[in-house]
Amino acid sequence: MSGLPRNGRPYAKLASQLFAYACAACAFSSVAVLVLLLSQMLRFAWGWLDWQFITNFDSQLSPDKAGVRAALVGSIYLIGLTTLFAVPIGVGTAIYLEEYAQRSRWRGIVQTNIANLAGVPSIVYGILGLGVFVRGMQMGAGVLAGALTLTLVVLPIVILASQEALRAVPSTIRQASYALGATRWQTVWHQLLPAALPGIMTGVILALSRALGEAAPLVAIGAAGFVMFTPQGLNDSFTALPLQIYNWTENANDDFRIHVAAAGIIVLMVMLICLNATAVFLRYRFGKRILW
Amino acid sequence: MHALLWLCAAASVFTTVGIVLILLVESLQFFGHVSIVEFLTGTTWTPHSNPPQFGILPLFCGTILVAGGSAVIAIPLGLGAAIYLSEYASPRMRDVLKPILEILAGIPSVVFGYLAIVFVSPIVRSLFPSADIFNALNASIVVAIMILPMIVSLSEDTLRSVPRSLREGAYALGATKLDVTVGVILPAALSGIMASFILAIARAVGETMAVALAAGKRPQMTLNPLDSIQTMTAYIVETSKGDNPQGTLGYQTIFAVGLTLFLCTLALNVLAQWILKRMREQYE
Repeated sequence: MSGLPRNGRPYAKLASQLFAYACAACAFSSVAVLVLLLSQMLRFAWGWLDWQFITNFDSQLSPDKAGVRAALVGSIYLIGLTTLFAVPIGVGTAIYLEEYAQRSRWRGIVQTNIANLAGVPSIVYGILGLGVFVRGMQMGAGVLAGALTLTLVVLPIVILASQEALRAVPSTIRQASYALGATRWQTVWHQLLPAALPGIMTGVILALSRALGEAAPLVAIGAAGFVMFTPQGLNDSFTALPLQIYNWTENANDDFRIHVAAAGIIVLMVMLICLNATAVFLRYRFGKRILW
Repeated sequence: MHALLWLCAAASVFTTVGIVLILLVESLQFFGHVSIVEFLTGTTWTPHSNPPQFGILPLFCGTILVAGGSAVIAIPLGLGAAIYLSEYASPRMRDVLKPILEILAGIPSVVFGYLAIVFVSPIVRSLFPSADIFNALNASIVVAIMILPMIVSLSEDTLRSVPRSLREGAYALGATKLDVTVGVILPAALSGIMASFILAIARAVGETMAVALAAGKRPQMTLNPLDSIQTMTAYIVETSKGDNPQGTLGYQTIFAVGLTLFLCTLALNVLAQWILKRMREQYE
């Protein structure tokens, strides 16, 4: 039955076949691109990434003495503080929107607002951080100002992921909890949050990976380019991995521009992979226990 | 507890209010020195020369050149990949391709900027010897890679949500798979696909580090992708790196350009949401 269509379209089947190949080629181009990009980075970083690179501070003149110590510590501080701010606020907002605010106009406003915030370019958050935290509150371009700015960048991601996770908890759980006389907060704390935890953590880690790779907001708040120390206090100036990579890439010296920057990128990518592996592990470890 | 949670939710509203207020207040001071007409229609952007000229059109033109270029590359590829994933790929293929697209989406912007300079630029220059080291095409290519996963995943979601009965109806009429995909499924999913394109373009407009590294630092009115240009985002980066005491015109330009950028991306996002709402096909 599946012969050629007999309505004067002798090439219909061939065209259909070619179209399928063209679409497949589009899809597989992404694989090719990824492989190509990763191999280039490894090629340029080869021989430059050693233990010294991790433990040394940046160097102004000698590429073989430059290291990521300040940037690595700075990034860890930033991520830690950002988690501290973004998780409670983000999850709190999600709980409020999903469990407390009924179908009110206020809920609609907040929800639309979050959708729009998710589309604001990160550099605009950087400008906000510059105006409010650095200049307005006189914090200077320190770790705290950086972390607060990154918090604003990732907050929509945390909120939207947590909302999704809470919505996935079946309403029978809520009803059972209320039927046993639990208050709304008891229901949230003892039933919904534990059930939604894997989803929330996946969202949080996604948000942190985003924060780890962001350089634009940090440049906008005026984070220092060349730092030879690790931050000791919240208002100390700092650098972060993506910022350090940016500065190296801007350097006129080819060794910095091509090789040291590539080594920095590998360190950043390894950190990102670790974060995402944690997400996969958590999803696997905690996702299994919940059966409904 | 209720009040505390309310405060959390209010924080995001304060963020929006904060963005709008900060951008407006500093921009208004800027427009006290530079007329808004000159800002919007001037074709020269030379903030550091004497006398400085503040016409945003060159920066705007650069942004359009990079975002448009990346859209031209990423839209056909992304749509093709989305069609493959939703209509042709086996579940196993999907399990391989989707994570790869997620990895691609997770690579930081600054890494793409680096690759644009050390890897893409030499290739572009060997193909087009007249190209600048830093040029708009470099930036377009890497930004296209960055927005590709977004187009694929959003378009694929809409394609998959087209009900099976529509496909089966078309097959029953003797259509080939190509006829079904192009004649039935694409039109049915059109609103979602258009929205994904617009959201991806909005993302390209706001893309910063890759463009700042790859496209150059020369604001000029050109539509030649081989020229060195500057986008709005790249200007903000360049200016932020220098020392700009509060109250100076240099400091205020950051906010004026930022406001323009914010309005552009907001308009695109609202347009995408409007398309989704107005053009949604309803299936029973």
